[in-house]
Amino acid sequence: MLRFMVARLLTAIPTLILVSITVFTMIRLVPGDPVTLMLGDNADQQVYDAMRHHLGLDQSIPTQMFLWFQALLHGDLGHSITTGEPVLQLVLHRFFVSAQLVLIAIAISAFIAVPLGMIAAWRQSSGFDLGVVITATMLMSIPTFWGGLMLLLFFGLKLGWLPVIGYVSIAQNFWSGLIYLIMPVASLVLHETGILVRMARASTLDVLRLDYITHARAKGLSDAAILTRHVARNAFGPTWTLLGLILGNLLGGVAVIETVFTIPGLGRLIVESIFGRDYPVLQGCLLFVAVTYVVVNLIIDLCYPLFDPRIKAQ
Amino acid sequence: MSLRRTNQILGSSLVAFFLVVALTGLLWTPENPLAIHLQDKLMPPGPGHWLGTDEYGRDVLSRLMAAAGTSVSISTLTVLCSVFFGLILGALSGYCRGWVDRTIMLFTDTLLAFPSMLLALALLSIMGTNISGVIIALGLAYLPTVTRVVRGSVMSLREQDYIEASRLMGHPAGYTLLVHIIPNCLAPVIVIATSMFGSVLLTESALSFLGLGVPPPAPTWGNMLAGARPYMEQAVWLGIFPGLCISMTLLGINLFGDYVRDRFDPRMRGL
Repeated sequence: MLRFMVARLLTAIPTLILVSITVFTMIRLVPGDPVTLMLGDNADQQVYDAMRHHLGLDQSIPTQMFLWFQALLHGDLGHSITTGEPVLQLVLHRFFVSAQLVLIAIAISAFIAVPLGMIAAWRQSSGFDLGVVITATMLMSIPTFWGGLMLLLFFGLKLGWLPVIGYVSIAQNFWSGLIYLIMPVASLVLHETGILVRMARASTLDVLRLDYITHARAKGLSDAAILTRHVARNAFGPTWTLLGLILGNLLGGVAVIETVFTIPGLGRLIVESIFGRDYPVLQGCLLFVAVTYVVVNLIIDLCYPLFDPRIKAQ
Repeated sequence: MSLRRTNQILGSSLVAFFLVVALTGLLWTPENPLAIHLQDKLMPPGPGHWLGTDEYGRDVLSRLMAAAGTSVSISTLTVLCSVFFGLILGALSGYCRGWVDRTIMLFTDTLLAFPSMLLALALLSIMGTNISGVIIALGLAYLPTVTRVVRGSVMSLREQDYIEASRLMGHPAGYTLLVHIIPNCLAPVIVIATSMFGSVLLTESALSFLGLGVPPPAPTWGNMLAGARPYMEQAVWLGIFPGLCISMTLLGINLFGDYVRDRFDPRMRGL
């Protein structure tokens, strides 16, 4: 168990280093000169050179990379070209907004999807199963941004029940923050629940076919006992892995839902930094999301022994 | 059993319908999708303009058809690119092993460490927002998945007796790969490619919705939705039809994908 955890932790280190090198390289590949962008086209040559020197752009690429890593290890991601704010502070602030949205949505989806998928598999080919599968397939076919727009149109504009645009932080005002979160969270939940239900159902079906389930049935255990004690733990594995992937993908893809509901989250920051050619911010966001993705998957893997004793035994 | 049959028929019909619309949209639309008629702006659906007009008086039906052409072409080209290079890289990696395998895996693992949408966004900022940029960015973002799937099947195939026989007969490695190995790992690739087509279409729409995909005035379902946002209340149809097109196409691909998986991957049957 300890060996598994240490081994898994060690595999994350080279990944993290590679991710940082990739982000560094990608940003250097973006066409356009950041100094010209900051100073404008008709800047004085002396000012231009001074700026290049200040940003370290007159150094060789390996030296630049070394300096970048050094700064990185000190938690210094540079400063935004447009606002001058420290990138790390900006990214963390926006990340908190996106994270609460994504985490609430994932938690709700999992709570709905896992039991539904399991019951559907247990009652395979029944009316309930068919209904669940059809609904799930339809839900996963609705893109979050269109689902969001339709919710907005119906509950916001036509019925006027919920606020249409704007954002209030939960930390500032809990209840009104919650009201602003309802529609964005609902749009994510609808789409992700569709995906998760199908996964939970598929992995449950796989487990139900195994001999020990037949044995448990032959022993005379009740349906509920078999489902909760024998099926749930083993069928949850693939869904759990998928949860990690969805979480990471949402952090990269939450930009669309933040655009629909004008939420100042990390996704919007990425899009704004691409439009504004704010390279330090883009670099910081890319690195931050990629590292979070690696760490989330690491945590997901480390949690495996909690419900799969086979890993503990190895 | 009957449900699977219904799903298969519904899925195939939806896919076929949108393919026909897309092909037609590339060649002919009822009106010029780019022609601006300000006097006809925001007309509700009715005779003349069956699906209404947008804020510049452009015919929504014509724009939806042209958009179908663009979206389907982009998705097809992206999937073809990923599959082509994925087959080469995966086959090399699984067949040669050693440092070739390690290098290719290092590359795919690094790309897989990024969420695909984020990778596409990052690559788009390098490529620039235009159609070829979108194809290259999305193709690269989905390349690792194909590569890994191909590598997996090649690794198990190369241990088979008939591959050994081909090698012993003195066939060069390239011949063995092309004639004996690659055709046999096409089944999982087809399954992956079908579901990839859906994700690519969805990601392309999302990128266009953000204004980072295909630049206007060329219509795509995603940028039509983005353009509809300010007019949602007075012109509901502008927000409904493009989204309905994306959802129906995705539903078709998802149902069709289930069928393809049942067909080519017996282990997944009935899931």
